[in-house]
Parts: sequence; C-alpha cells; structure tokens
Amino acid sequence: MELIFEKSVTGRRGVRAPQSDVPVKAEIPRQYRRAKDSKLPEVSELDAVRHFTTLSQRNFSVDTNFYPLGSCTMKYNPKFTESLARLPGFMDLHPLLPQLPHGEKLTQGALEVLYEMDQILCEITGMDAFTMQPLAGAHGELTGVMMMAAYHKSKGNKKKYIIIPDSAHGTNPASAAIAGYETISIPSNDQGGMDVDKLKEKLNDEVAGLMITCPSTLGIFNSEISEISEMVHAVDGIMYCDGANLNAVLGRCRPGDLGFDVMHINTHKTFTTTHGGGGPGAGPVGVTEKLLKFLPISRVMKRKSGAFYLDYNFADSIGYVASFYGNFALLLRAYAYILMLGKEGLIETSNHAVLNANYVMQRLKKYFLLRYDRICMHEAVFSAAWQAEKGVHATDIAKFLIDQGMHPPTVYFPLTVKESIMIEPTETESKQILDQFVDVMVQAAALAERHPETFKDLPKTTPITRPDEVKAARDLDTNYFLQRSIVAAGELNPLPSKI
Amino acid sequence: MNPYIANTQNDVAEMLKTIGVKNIDGLFVDIRKDQRPRSFDLPAGKSEMEVVQHITRLAAKNAHDLTLFIGGGYYDHYIPAAVNALISRGEFYTAYTPYQPECAQGTLQALYEYQSSICTLTEMDVANASLYDGGTALYEAALMAIRVTGRHKILMDGGVSPIYRKILRSYTINLNIEFVETPVAHGQSDRAEINKLIDDKTAAVILQNPNFFGAIDDHSDIIATAHKFGALAIESVYPISLGILKTPGEMGADIVTGEGQSLGLPLNFGGPYLGFMATRKEFIRKMPGRIVGQTTDLNGRRCFVNTLQAREQHIRREKATSNICTNVSLCALQALIYMTLLGKEGLKELAQLNLDKAEFAKKNLEKIKGVHVKRSAPTFNEFTVYLPKDANAVVEAMVKKGFAAGFPLGRYYKGMENYLTIAVTEKRTQEEIVQFTKSLEEVLWN
Repeated sequence: MELIFEKSVTGRRGVRAPQSDVPVKAEIPRQYRRAKDSKLPEVSELDAVRHFTTLSQRNFSVDTNFYPLGSCTMKYNPKFTESLARLPGFMDLHPLLPQLPHGEKLTQGALEVLYEMDQILCEITGMDAFTMQPLAGAHGELTGVMMMAAYHKSKGNKKKYIIIPDSAHGTNPASAAIAGYETISIPSNDQGGMDVDKLKEKLNDEVAGLMITCPSTLGIFNSEISEISEMVHAVDGIMYCDGANLNAVLGRCRPGDLGFDVMHINTHKTFTTTHGGGGPGAGPVGVTEKLLKFLPISRVMKRKSGAFYLDYNFADSIGYVASFYGNFALLLRAYAYILMLGKEGLIETSNHAVLNANYVMQRLKKYFLLRYDRICMHEAVFSAAWQAEKGVHATDIAKFLIDQGMHPPTVYFPLTVKESIMIEPTETESKQILDQFVDVMVQAAALAERHPETFKDLPKTTPITRPDEVKAARDLDTNYFLQRSIVAAGELNPLPSKI
Repeated sequence: MNPYIANTQNDVAEMLKTIGVKNIDGLFVDIRKDQRPRSFDLPAGKSEMEVVQHITRLAAKNAHDLTLFIGGGYYDHYIPAAVNALISRGEFYTAYTPYQPECAQGTLQALYEYQSSICTLTEMDVANASLYDGGTALYEAALMAIRVTGRHKILMDGGVSPIYRKILRSYTINLNIEFVETPVAHGQSDRAEINKLIDDKTAAVILQNPNFFGAIDDHSDIIATAHKFGALAIESVYPISLGILKTPGEMGADIVTGEGQSLGLPLNFGGPYLGFMATRKEFIRKMPGRIVGQTTDLNGRRCFVNTLQAREQHIRREKATSNICTNVSLCALQALIYMTLLGKEGLKELAQLNLDKAEFAKKNLEKIKGVHVKRSAPTFNEFTVYLPKDANAVVEAMVKKGFAAGFPLGRYYKGMENYLTIAVTEKRTQEEIVQFTKSLEEVLWN
C-alpha cells in the first residue's frame, strides 16, 4: 500500500489554517529560522481519512476479532468509558492549573477521580496507598524499584541484587537494571512455580528484594507465596508484585494480604483501558505502610472540608517520576469501569476469565502439549512441541489462526516454555467463541500431523505474508525520507511500493 | 451479570462439567483459605447511565472553560475533528502491540509514517515509535548519551523545563551520574558557563528550544563545542515551533526529544501525552523504544515490522537499552494524523499565526504601566513578563476574570516571584487578547 507521503500533491490541504485576526506580521531573525520546509505530506481531508481508514482495516482488533493474546488481557473496552474520557471538563483541562496559587479549586473533579482511584485500588489490592503517576506497567516497575532503593538507603542497607523468576516479563529485569541493581534469575520448578530451594540458596543480606508476577506468567497461582514473602522479609528484602495478572484474582486474594510491599497494576489489562496498538497504558503503583513515605510527588490528598489538593511536601519522596498526575484519561476510564462493575462485577470478571481459560485448556490438552497439567488461572500455556517435531512451529500455528480470522495467542513467551502458545481468552468472550477457537486449533493440530508443509506460506488472507525480518534489520529503513535520500545517491535499490 | 460477560448459566454449567470441577470456586483451589482477602469492601455496581451521570458531575467541577494563556510546555491548540474520528476507530484503539505483523500492518505502517514525519519535522535521520511523554523521553535521552559515550557527566541548561529536570534527577539518583546545571543569561543558554563546565568527561549537554521562558536560541555553537569534547548534544523541542524555527538537525543535535501533546493531543489533565525521540543514524542501535522498519514479504510486497528488537527488554531483559514496553502508539498515530492534515504549508502557517498572536499580545501587554515584556531574546508563542506585583496574586485574581493568565515562574525559579510566562496559541482571538490585557491592567492597578 502507498505511504501517505506518496499520495502528496503540492497545493492540497487537509485543514485550512485560520485567518489571522491580529494586525501583526512578525518575523523571526534569519539565524533562528528553519532553512528548508518540512516534507510533511500535502493531502486533502478525504485523502487522509481514506488513507487512515484503510490502514485501520489492516489491523486485527478486539472490536473485530477474537484476540486471546496471553499476558496482554485483550478484553472488550466498553464504549462508554471512551465517551467519558472525551468530556471537555477533563479533556480540555490544563495540567498546570492545580499548580497555580489555590489552583486546586480549579480541578476538584479531576483530583477527586485520582483520590477515589487511590482508595478503590487500595481496597482491591490490600495496599495502603497508590500513586497514579506511572505511565505504563514498566514505568510502574521502575517507580517501585526506586522506592525499594530509597527504603534500603534510608535504613543504611547495603543491597545489590534483585531476584526475579525466569518466567518474568522482560520488563522486570530491565527495570531493576535501570534502577541500578543486578539481577539474579531463579528457575521454575516442575509445577511452574518458583523453585523455593533455589531461592533459599540465593537469599542473603545483599538481596534488595524479589520481583514476582502473581499469579505468574505461566497462569499459575503459587500457594507458597506467603512463605516466600516471609523468607524475603527475613533478609529485609522488599516483595514486589508485578500485578499484570491481577485480573485473575479480583476478590479471591490481595497482594497486600500475601506479604507484598509494593505492586503495580496495568490498567489496560485488569481495568480494560484501551491498548491503542501498543499504548498508552497506565501503571498505578501501590505500597504498604513500609514504603509509604517514599511515594512519588505530588500526592492527591483530601482536606477535612472534603476538598482535594496536591501535596508536594514529603521529605523522603523519590521525587517526580512523571510530568504530572499520571495518564489521567486512562485512569478515568478505569475508574468508570470499576464503578460500573462494583464489587460483584469485579469478582465475576475474574471468575469468568479463569473459567474461560480452564475450559480452553481442558479442551485443547489432547492436541497440544500442556506443560503444566493443573488448574490454571486466567491463561493457559501450551507448547507446540508435538507439532514442532513435524516442522510446524508455534509461529506457523499463529499464522494459521490469522487466516481463520483470529488473532493468535502470545507465542514464544514465557521464555521458559519451548514453542510456547499462551492463551488468554478473557472473561468478555463467550463459550461459543471459545468453541470456534478450539475447533480451529484442533484443525491446526490435525493439519500439522498430516500436511505440515501447508503452513509454510500462511497466512494467505492478509495483505502481506511473512515479512523478511532479517532484511528489515540488515537494510534498516525506518524513515521514508532517509531511505529516499539513500536511493537517490544510488546506494540501495528502491523498495517496491505496490502491494 | 454485567454486560461484558457473555457466558450464560447454561454455558457455565457445561464448561465446569468439561473442566471437571463442581463450581467456580473449584478453579481457585490454589489460593489457600489463609490467603483470601481480609477485606473486599467495594460499592455495588451501577448502570452505565448512573456512572455517566456521576462522572459528568465531576467533570463539571473542573474549570476547563478558563481562557488559557498558560503553556509551560503544554499548549491549547485546535484539533481538527478528523483526528478524533480516525483514532476512534476500534481497529486502531482496541488492537495491541503489533507482534503479528500480518494482522497489524495498519498500526505498523502508521508508526513508520509517524517516525518519518518526526524525522522531517526535526531534520534528524531516525526516530523511534514513541515514548511516554516529553519528560521521560528526555531522561531516556540522557541515559542513551551515557551509553553512547561511556561517560557520566551531564550538563543541563537552566532553560530546560524545571519539571523535566526534576524527573531526570529522581530517576538517576541511584545511578552514578553527575548533573551540572548551567544558568540562563538574558533568557538564552549561558555560553560562558557551558564552556567553563564542559570537559572530556561530559556525556551530553541538554538544551531546550524554545526554553521554559519562551526564548528562542540557535544552539549550533554550543553543539559544536560539545562535539569538540566528544560529548553529545540533546535538544528538547516544541514541535509546532518547528514550522518556522531552526531545526535541531540544522543545529547539529545528536538526540532530539520533545513533548508531542501539541500535535493534536488534548490537554487531558496531564496525559496521555507523547514523548518523541529522534537521533542520527549511527546511534540507532543505542536508541530506546520500539522502532518500525520497512521490509518486504515472502512475495516481495512492501511491509512493515518491529525491528532491532534485540535492543528491547522482551529479548535482552536486564541488558536492554530501556525497560519500556508499552509506549504510546495511539498518541503517535494521533500526532501523525494531525501532521498529515496540516501538511508542510499548514504547519508553517500555524507556526506563523502563533508567533503573530504572541507578538500582538506582547505589544498590548507592554502598554500596561509597570509590565515589562522580556525582549532580550526572540520568542515563539510564549514569553516572559515582569509584573509590578507578585505573579501568584495576579494569576489568582485573573482566574476570577476567566483567565488562566500564565505560569508564575517563582514556583520553580527563586527570585523570579514577579515573573510570569504567557502563552498565546492560534486559538486566542484578538478580542480575547485585548480583554486579557484589560483585565490584567485592572488587576494590577485598580
């Protein structure tokens, strides 16, 4: 398909600039002026609308396709939360207003949303206070680890390491490293849980804490978590809960009751704020009393009068982690969703997420290798190991699903399961959809058995198939204008522009 | 049952039977009795209508109808209706990270076009597919400079947003990084001070254009000095101003970041926003964040994929260039659509209009007794004024007249309690500017 730049025609406009209504035509001294115009495209509004609408149709999405992408929780995003996020009272609110003298008065509604979210998330998770500032889950992890570091510093602890199970999201070790810690990886045991004996071996006074996903990325709730907490606390380590999978246990257990000191929540997972093709997200971080004084500033507080205000006055705070108060428009969506579901609705959410995952797991385990054959939580982790023996890999099965109009599950994560296929149906899908999915997966298994060669050129129904990723990395082309300038200089053959 | 759950009682019964457990509780056996919640005291659910009414009431408690003369890096620009219409397509906003390129070409091509647009806007070689916001993008740039140079000292211009500077300091407190801040001289970067402090241990000099006071600068000379010492130059920019202002590419900058909110994103009380980042092609492997590349498919057709993923956390884990996973794809798309609608002429005209209106406002404001517009450096759409009274008190009084009059600098700059930065975008009409001037005069002298 053509790029928007290739549709550009000199003189076209997508929007008309307003006429100036002031009697001034200012000029900036030449030294400070841009020498050449940008090469932004010149298209009509219809050109733009058609281009981007066509692009949108080249995506699978929750609104159009079953999307059981494990670990990402692609549940339905209620439409009313979208329209609420576009209320002018929130959308047009400047973030510096509450920083003006007595400016809190100008943003009481927005501050109330943040304050209420703090209260609600505390009750849901058993933590004592939340910051809404982190702008995504990984950003929350970093914030949490920074608080962990502040805690140890305040106690004069000399800590060097953070322990992380090998099944963790890659963001865990990356966040720990960026905050200045070295990481120690602990293998999973044969039940998919963390190997507690190995943990014991590694635990010592230099361990700053443990980062663990609960329930885990293998879709397993580790019953030993309370004991693990005690072990980590015994060396004055901090228990960090990656709350990516909180959606499995709403009303069933709370990280705060399990011994966790700090956790983050991905609102785009548990509380169904939009994923947006890869963000924006929001990653509120909760702490117990132990870490409370280290929370980032500002914090939203409530006066006796009932008025809300921003408090910057916390001497031990780790400081600013984001420019403002978090990804407000996402937090607002999450708030609306939680209010609508209420207590029973939240519990139902986890009930059906876990029911759906177990149903798929049960129905598929004859056809695909189930690494851990036990009741799972919100996701089921299979392996394409049996199919791989015939030369059909997890990625091939993924492409087969695409041709059936279904977004593939997560493949090749967690890294601890070879040829992994990680299925998270979510609670918003019905049994009928799950049955269709199972049928397609069974078909894939049968085809792999009898005609493994047919997978090689799949998918066939999509605008493109099997991109050359090696070439993408070797002949790097990440900027249309740079590629063109290289072509002009004769260094590279032009890429075909027609699909 | 809430409307987002589709399974009926019958479905549930059949599914439980297939699984082989008696009831739903049977699925949660791994959670021991002693691990159950000590409390889960939440209100009962509500209907959609009730929640909408409640939240609409909260929205009405915010003073969103103030006429905004406040900027500080976040600006009240007009957003064409087509932007919202297009990003509201479910195919865009209910998709996830394009892990499967065959069914995500829409997002992938859009991100490639976004990267290209950022490159032509800044005149840099390569851009990533977005970071969270302008502040965190600048922090990522600082870490990147440290990776590129292997050095640990960072010079930071006092004209860089104080909010950004606070973010940088809190993130790097546990890392071995030395921050040195240089003051601002007559509104612009202080060359003498930078020349004095820069040395062969310096990883980067961080600059901002226009700076927090609104002053425009040409940093070419500072950047040349940085290069002489083997240091990188990081430039934080305001994208709309690049319709007319000298680009960081022209100045020779190595890493460019900025807040993309002004490119078609609503103010949203602070987020979601868009952090953009661009650099020279030789540094692409050190750049954090996702990068989309063009390639061909099995049949030779043009297509797009996430590339250079070996830099990223899901492959490299603790050795990754950044911990970032989710970024802000939808915001990048939003900015792309906005830039596309404006086009190269539209962006230029828009920038000129902002400049003209700000100059008109300056002319009006300096007619007020005791008000001095700082004119030591040229400005774009934001400028600093000296007031004969404490800026806090003035701003508070102006709110009563319906204006967010600007940002009092005393909050972040000691000794500048009488200074105010005022932003004037294309949305401010002549009438509003005249009324603003009148109101300010009343507040100061009545």
